[in-house]
Amino acid sequence: MTYRNPPTTPRRSATFDDYTLSEIRRAAATGIYDIRGGGAKRKLPHFDDLLVLGASISRYPLEGYRERCDTNVVLGSRHAKKPIELKIPITIAGMSFGSLSGPAKEALGRGATLAGTSTTTGDGGMTEEERGHSKTLVYQYLPSRYGMNPRDLRRADAIEVVVGQGAKPGGGGMLLGQKISDRVAEMRTLPKGIDQRSASRHPDWTGPDDLEIKILELREITDWEKPIYVKVGGARPYYDTALAVKAGADVVVVDGMQGGTAATQEVFIENVGQPTLACIRPAVQALQDLGMHRKVQLIVSGGIRNGADVAKALALGVDAVSIGTAALVALGDNDPRWEAEYNELGTTAGAYDDWHEGRDPAGITTQDPELMKRVDPIAAGRRLANYLKVMTLEAQTIARACGKNSLHNLEPEDLVALTIEAAAMAGVPLAGTNWIPGKNGF
Amino acid sequence: MPAINLSKAARDQSHAPSQASRVFDLAEMSLRELNQALHNLTAGSNETAWEVLNPKGSHSVAVGVGQPVTIEVRGSVGYYCAGMNAGSTITVHGSAGPGVGENMMSGSIIVKGDASQYAGATGRGGLLVIEGNASSRCGISMKGIDIVVHGNIGHMSAFMAQSGNLVVLGDAGDALGDSIYEARLFVRGKVGSLGADCIAKEMRPEHLELLQSLLDRAGVTGVEPTEFKRYGSARTLYNFNIDNADAY
Repeated sequence: MTYRNPPTTPRRSATFDDYTLSEIRRAAATGIYDIRGGGAKRKLPHFDDLLVLGASISRYPLEGYRERCDTNVVLGSRHAKKPIELKIPITIAGMSFGSLSGPAKEALGRGATLAGTSTTTGDGGMTEEERGHSKTLVYQYLPSRYGMNPRDLRRADAIEVVVGQGAKPGGGGMLLGQKISDRVAEMRTLPKGIDQRSASRHPDWTGPDDLEIKILELREITDWEKPIYVKVGGARPYYDTALAVKAGADVVVVDGMQGGTAATQEVFIENVGQPTLACIRPAVQALQDLGMHRKVQLIVSGGIRNGADVAKALALGVDAVSIGTAALVALGDNDPRWEAEYNELGTTAGAYDDWHEGRDPAGITTQDPELMKRVDPIAAGRRLANYLKVMTLEAQTIARACGKNSLHNLEPEDLVALTIEAAAMAGVPLAGTNWIPGKNGF
Repeated sequence: MPAINLSKAARDQSHAPSQASRVFDLAEMSLRELNQALHNLTAGSNETAWEVLNPKGSHSVAVGVGQPVTIEVRGSVGYYCAGMNAGSTITVHGSAGPGVGENMMSGSIIVKGDASQYAGATGRGGLLVIEGNASSRCGISMKGIDIVVHGNIGHMSAFMAQSGNLVVLGDAGDALGDSIYEARLFVRGKVGSLGADCIAKEMRPEHLELLQSLLDRAGVTGVEPTEFKRYGSARTLYNFNIDNADAY
């Protein structure tokens, strides 16, 4: 019997992992960067890395179901004659008609209205479906200005000047030819079937001084009635928030890198911007430094999933959160009932993100007339409302446990962090210590 | 190519208000009062003639007007004058700052002097006439507006222009019509350079006819459509191709 040296186990590279290898092969074969929808999928410090302390001898809790815990929030009280009041501090983020089907937009409006909150247009103008079914509708003012007109500005309840979004701070919109149907083409004044790449900068202003003048124009056109939001991607949250306040915003929206997009380059989504958790404290700090915390409201979005995320975000000082991806899931996105069709598309339920291709089995991110029939706007709206209400109840449960009679009374002192990274980002102590990295010289 | 009647037009800032107009003197009343009064107009109102005195570079003069009235602005204005105009005829007897007539829906805007950047940006309809020169990014992202510039226009004009017509009696700067969609550009003078996917195109009879009608609407005389060249999209960037990557 001959002796053979023991072989080593085949070892895969951590750097060149399976996904990376597949991406290199795909790029080499197709000659185009990978485009997809959604937000950052990599693991990032997030709200899961924070814990809520709850009551103890020094703090007494409120009775669940019996003692009040307010959830309402007023947005736009700084300058607008008609600020909006929402029953819950969870809003629906901007998603365009074009990226989403008409029934999906209607369902978002229905669900938000049932739950007492607002929904938001997107990079495609305002549709009758969403205006008609949304009690409170925020109208986005985007670089492309697709569908922009003074009538819709005036029938909006608030205006959101979009400077950037978390999935792609510094990137413009993208809607590929498969989804430029006749109706979408007409609303966007584009030829049918082209690949639409919208501008990344606004066409008629650059920088904070111009923004101030632009906001003045929007206020003058709407007779100072509408709250004006400024939305930024999570890039430089301290300065972006401060400059938005300086420019006259009533509300600042900061969208972290987990925030979704209808379509952009994978390399952009995963490598540009900051995690939501890292954006909150700098934005709150900017408001506090300017004496504007709670006067200019702060909305944060990007990876909000449940009432715990809501409670933790509010404890860190935000006034409301916004959801996009989670709302689509509530409508039926990535539902396992369509698994066979996801498989045909080379993916699986839960991982489907080729929203730009317009072949969404769930009928949400498509303009295909047959597929979009799969969304029943009434039933899907009901599911969204249920989900929003559950999130609110969850957040109230946590707030009452902390002895707070309003979600907005949650505070950083109610939180600890499980990791050093999260402690540093959130500015709360590492669990079991009184150490906040970066504070007091450490 | 020299601008037409520019110097005379630019000095035309000192008219006395006429008798029949409703006069708003911005030295005495606020911008808010002016715009609110204009927004309060209803269809069929008798107040069809307005004059604005002493604008002195104010921003957002006469924005969001939605009735077919005439507004004479006696002097130069700042940003976004006549923004989102829908149906009114607004004449600026002076020069205009950035974004004059941005997102106009319908109606007319006449600037007697020069216009700064982004004139007519994203405009969806109506006619914008600039009797002097227009700066960079004139007609950026235009979506159906017609723009006639008597003088020259700056660089990056008609960037991502989607629809409508831009007529330039003078010269155009660099990168004209970069990433243009279906807008039509007519330039009488020199073009500094064409932007990505913008090419010179044949001037067919229907284009000459269209151009003549645009010149007529803008009150331009003594100029023949045959003196212009037409530019538009080569449509090579409409659907992504890696071999065009240098153009992006």
